[in-house]
Amino acid sequence: MKEELNGNSWKFGDDISTDLIAPGRYFHLRTNLPELAKHVLEDADPEFPAKVKSGDFVVAGRNFGLGSSREHAPTIIKLAGVNAVLAKSFARIFYRNAINVGLPVLICDTDKIDEGDKLSIELSNGVIHNQTKGTEITFNPLPNVMIRILNDGGLASHIEKHGDFKLED
Amino acid sequence: MGKTISEKIIGEHAGKEVSAGDIVVANVDVTAVQDGTGPLAVQQLNKINLVQAANPKSTVLFIDHAAPSPHKDLSNAHGLLRDFAKKTGVVLSEVGEGVCHQRLVESYVKPGDILIGADSHTCTSGALGAFSTGMGSTDVAIGIALGKTWLRVPETFKINVTGQFQKGVYAKDLILYVIGQIGADGATYKALEFTGDTIKAMTMSERFTLSNMAVEAGAKTGLIEADDVTKQYLEELGRGDEFRYIQADEDAEYEKVFDIDASKLEPVISAPHTVDNVKSLNELMGTKVDQVFIGTCTNGRLDDLEIAASVLKGKQRHPDTRLIVTPASKQVYIQAMEKGYIQTLVEAGAAVMAPGCGPCVGVHQGILGDEEVCIATQNRNFKGRMGNPNSYIYLSSPATAAAAAITGKITDPREVLV
Ligand code: SF4
Repeated sequence: MKEELNGNSWKFGDDISTDLIAPGRYFHLRTNLPELAKHVLEDADPEFPAKVKSGDFVVAGRNFGLGSSREHAPTIIKLAGVNAVLAKSFARIFYRNAINVGLPVLICDTDKIDEGDKLSIELSNGVIHNQTKGTEITFNPLPNVMIRILNDGGLASHIEKHGDFKLED
Repeated sequence: MGKTISEKIIGEHAGKEVSAGDIVVANVDVTAVQDGTGPLAVQQLNKINLVQAANPKSTVLFIDHAAPSPHKDLSNAHGLLRDFAKKTGVVLSEVGEGVCHQRLVESYVKPGDILIGADSHTCTSGALGAFSTGMGSTDVAIGIALGKTWLRVPETFKINVTGQFQKGVYAKDLILYVIGQIGADGATYKALEFTGDTIKAMTMSERFTLSNMAVEAGAKTGLIEADDVTKQYLEELGRGDEFRYIQADEDAEYEKVFDIDASKLEPVISAPHTVDNVKSLNELMGTKVDQVFIGTCTNGRLDDLEIAASVLKGKQRHPDTRLIVTPASKQVYIQAMEKGYIQTLVEAGAAVMAPGCGPCVGVHQGILGDEEVCIATQNRNFKGRMGNPNSYIYLSSPATAAAAAITGKITDPREVLV
């Protein structure tokens, strides 16, 4: 996992559901994730798949990722090149899935970030530098269990490496 | 200090005393995936060379979301599940057998179990007094292979319901009301425990409707103690020997307690595009309805079809309104045929689908046109949920949905209930 992440922000509102991220009408693309990624967040912003660039951030309001358990949702956000998702809060299953697939998810006050703001994020220090505004936002570091999984490159790699859950020292 | 149902069950499976906030690795009894999440689970296990199942008899792969398959890519995805089942000896639930959550409560989950399922409504089995929660494909894949998972023991909100429903008010109205009160993220990471006289008097079917929708308030699971009603339910399924009583301790600690008087509730509807956008019928009465859908893991059980049939008996659907009915499982379908409900519904103009998810998740069997309105007994009305982001989904009880099928618009079911 890269320690420092740099990129531009794309702003979304509250309650971005997994149906908006990975619409059910593309159900047949779930075994073809690069194809599904071409529709990422399409129902929240139809232009998003065309404009997102590698390294960008998705910045949203409350309860990001509510709804279904489809892990395809964080996976295609990651496949689209997004470095991390920042939100005021996340739905539980999405949050866990994001860590499992190696997508950093940060809980912070996203009102202080506007669309297009350039951010530089120090993951382990819990600091977001908003370079456009010249401000700093802090976020709570992830629970230890999740840092371990994230550092191993996701849950499948974690189990492959240790042969079992290895969540404690 | 006493324990909540979650603390008791997770503690038994972690082999130590636990309380809310603890993070533990726990054994799981039942694991499940469906055809939307299962193929990715299988791919993950293939990738790390862990094609195995710790408990094959209680690992179930469900073909229910796109069943029968409407697309060749989905047929191939189904093939991945069938192959995995052959290789590992796990159970495959084929096209026509029903929606995963209904099949899980009928045949696989028992009180005191931990169930993890790659489907958010896995919380449905909580009504059996089992700790059941939804996770993603990878989490459940590892659960299948190793027979365990990691969990954070949740804090619990107690939903204490007393009093009798008025005519025309059902468990669905209650849970929509509760979600409207708590909000779509009000119970994130928490467990709900439904209790009180109203819950104790409910049938299992009504209890499943409550637990099913716990996740719509963000909750990890929706638990109900296993009591004599649960016992009788399992006995009727020939599973009496799997029963045990499960209840919270008197002095268990709850983060919040909600007291609800069921006798004060009215029929309600959740309006587009969030489940917590709960409104009284009065606010929406007269809204034109293009499609009515009765089914799903929320309200596709025998008593739901009975209510719909009683409303529609001897009547016809409105000429401008389609009516789709999908029994939640094969067993429900057979019983509904024996009781004559299917006959009544078909005579009233219903298109009856094979047991499965039907149009609930926007894959097939009832995708809405632009600007169309559907009233459905399902659990979600997110934009695009039924396959078209330019359509509108209202959620209600089967009675309210059936009433709309007759009049072609949102209608108070008390006007048509006899
Ligand atoms: S019926 Fe709907 S909510 Fe239930 S499992 Fe199927 S798609 Fe999900």
